[in-house]
Amino acid sequence: MTENEDGMLSPYRVLDLTDEKGLFCGKLLGDMGADVIKIEKPGGDSARNIGPYYHDEVDPEKSLYWFALNTSKRGITLDIEKPEGLEIFKKLVKTADFVLESFPPGYMDKLGLGYSDLEKLNPGVIMVSITPFGQTGPRKDFKGPDLVMWALGAGPFMRSFDSPDRPPFRISHHPQTYMHGGAEAVVGAMVALYHRGTTGEGQHVDVSIQECVNWHPTGDWDLNKRVQKRGATLIPVRVTHIWPCKDGYVMWRYTGGPMAKRHSIPLVNWMVEEGMADDWLKNFDWEKFSHYKTTQEIIDRMEEQTVNFFMTHTKAELMAGAIKYRIMLYPISSTVDLFESPQLAARGFWTDVEHPELGTTIRYPGSWGKNSETPAVISRRAPLIGEHNQEIYEKELGISGESLQKLTQDGII
Amino acid sequence: MGKLPLEGIKVADFTWVWTGPTTTKVLADFGATVVKIESDKRLDVWRIQPPFKDDVPGPDRGAIFNSINTGKLSVTIDLSQPKGKELAKKFVAWADIVTDNYAGGAMERMGLGYEALKEIKPDIIMMSSALMGQTGPWHDSPGYGDQLSAISGLHEISGWPDRIPGEIGFYTDFIAPRFNALTILAALDYRRRTGKGQYLDIAQHQGSVHFIAPILLDYAVNKRVATRQGNLDDYAAPHGCYRCQGEDRWCAIVVRTDEEWQSFCDVLRNPAWTKDPKFATLKSRKENEDELNKMVDEWTSNQSDEDVMVTLQSAGVPAGRVGNTEDQMENDPHLKFRNFYQEREHPEIGKYRPPRQPCVLSKTPCEIKRAPLIGEHNEYVFKELLCLTDEEIEELIIDGIIQ
Repeated sequence: MTENEDGMLSPYRVLDLTDEKGLFCGKLLGDMGADVIKIEKPGGDSARNIGPYYHDEVDPEKSLYWFALNTSKRGITLDIEKPEGLEIFKKLVKTADFVLESFPPGYMDKLGLGYSDLEKLNPGVIMVSITPFGQTGPRKDFKGPDLVMWALGAGPFMRSFDSPDRPPFRISHHPQTYMHGGAEAVVGAMVALYHRGTTGEGQHVDVSIQECVNWHPTGDWDLNKRVQKRGATLIPVRVTHIWPCKDGYVMWRYTGGPMAKRHSIPLVNWMVEEGMADDWLKNFDWEKFSHYKTTQEIIDRMEEQTVNFFMTHTKAELMAGAIKYRIMLYPISSTVDLFESPQLAARGFWTDVEHPELGTTIRYPGSWGKNSETPAVISRRAPLIGEHNQEIYEKELGISGESLQKLTQDGII
Repeated sequence: MGKLPLEGIKVADFTWVWTGPTTTKVLADFGATVVKIESDKRLDVWRIQPPFKDDVPGPDRGAIFNSINTGKLSVTIDLSQPKGKELAKKFVAWADIVTDNYAGGAMERMGLGYEALKEIKPDIIMMSSALMGQTGPWHDSPGYGDQLSAISGLHEISGWPDRIPGEIGFYTDFIAPRFNALTILAALDYRRRTGKGQYLDIAQHQGSVHFIAPILLDYAVNKRVATRQGNLDDYAAPHGCYRCQGEDRWCAIVVRTDEEWQSFCDVLRNPAWTKDPKFATLKSRKENEDELNKMVDEWTSNQSDEDVMVTLQSAGVPAGRVGNTEDQMENDPHLKFRNFYQEREHPEIGKYRPPRQPCVLSKTPCEIKRAPLIGEHNEYVFKELLCLTDEEIEELIIDGIIQ
């Protein structure tokens, strides 16, 4: 794996003190070419204890969650709560462009590492704080695991999901809200970087995850004082949106009017070709069809034939047909489907990353796009615990081997 | 108000619907001059779609349009005519950044592909945010955020294990703009340093798939296919949304550590059931989670969601009420304190409160200005920004290019 010298951010250095709330931020900066140094407490970050694990072996060096969010970073260990550790960190700040942290508000200040302290060490430094509720406000000290962030930030969005007969739910597995916080933090960091480029001054970027996931438009309340009830639909009939097929589900719906040429008409044509639509469906007037003016009986008659058709095809076949017949139909992909996607393959999306200590190569999601000048790439796998201690402390900071040993014994490194 | 960080940056914005406008809102809110290039013949979807102020339709009355287009200038030109395309090219000559979010290949077909733009302005930064990107067998496949969430693996892991995949709305619409904005801004810094512009061919699909990276690796390594788990979490119990007093009121509660469990029990005043060994450890609570959830529901169901949240958080137990839009805008003292929604005056809809950007920059915060009326800035933009003469403008109006 090579350094990403062509990356957009290759001149910049990032000190990454975050936990799972902010790891994605440093990963994205690293993939864009920045020299990201992940600073972990001796023994390793707590996010290493989050699964899934390589071959299900619970081990801080085998967390796939950690792997996924720490590509393109180097790693050192350092206890910034101890005076010697603090001094070393301050030395690092002098050559850093960004400091990322996700500690509870006030923690960095207490250590003497708040923005006003860092600014004195390095006026150009950009400090990015990623926390559940931001640095200020009456609830800044509330705890914010993922589900709580969904509730307090994305509550209205959760209320738009299905299954109103059950509690609101989040998207399963790892914290989505932290992914949003991490990605949005890069946006803030980049605005601050542009400002620094024109003025030379750094600043503090306060990222509140609650605000990052405040996605659901509130305009109907704002303008009309109206709150949408869970499970409320505007149309008087039940129409299927997620359909079973031979090996899973696809998303598609019957639509009339001008949109019919992207939904109903091409699908029915395909069904006709395969002899799976009756004459009634074949000759249906889609121009006049509207969910507001139809009956459940009509919908049911359409849908019965359609289910039968879908059940004879796999997701992959239906997607191929969607492209061929220009139908706005998409599969409900599983992770397997994504790995088998011809589109992602053609885009060169997947990146095989070597993990020599595991004797293996793992396939990772690569860049989110193609930049003509400055590709974003995974330049190295996630660091092992303290992997670059020697490289950074000895070679870059000039700390002697002896002192390094002493610092290790004292639990600083 | 001081100078905004992106002041002087010029954006010719061909985007519409949600992801594109949300992307360029970032640039506008931080001070860039963003000209939204619209057409009377093909109005932005959110100028046509409800909700409208007082339910009276009108291109300037849409709640969503006005919320995600703050700070932009609007011009209306007819891009379908050759002279309209010529005018579009004048925007390119003026701009630092050109943005679009059409299906792959659309700008190219309009004669506004990157190569053409580069001819006009060698250091232009062009960002295309197509669903699937500009290349590959599915590149020109159009779609909306719900469909993209489906194909990006997000529906599969949403909802209840005993039901079909859950409906999670236009989720990826909230992911794509972040990748768009951060890439544009990084490219802007790159251009500042090197003088080089570039083409950013972003695939909304690829950014969205990043949001499930850990479970992708789980398949790559362990061949395990992730599916939906309701509200379950491997590392916490209780972990769910629990029923509270009132109609459809819920509070999320998350208990991860022994310490949080002890605090939780203390808040409940340690009723007998909490002493049962089957709830003693995270492992045993996970094993008896249905029963545990029933007990928690019993405790929450005769209290308000707000009380449950505040009592638990005060004791160090993570909790949050599942707010609706009213709660979010009126009953969240924290968002209020942080001035998240900012009231502005709009000539058509009166007072309204669009959200600011979620990043607060200590020296250069964003500034929210109301969204533009359709074609509101035709005169200003063509005269002052593109420096066309009165005669040229008149001719374009007569030809129906400027609408």
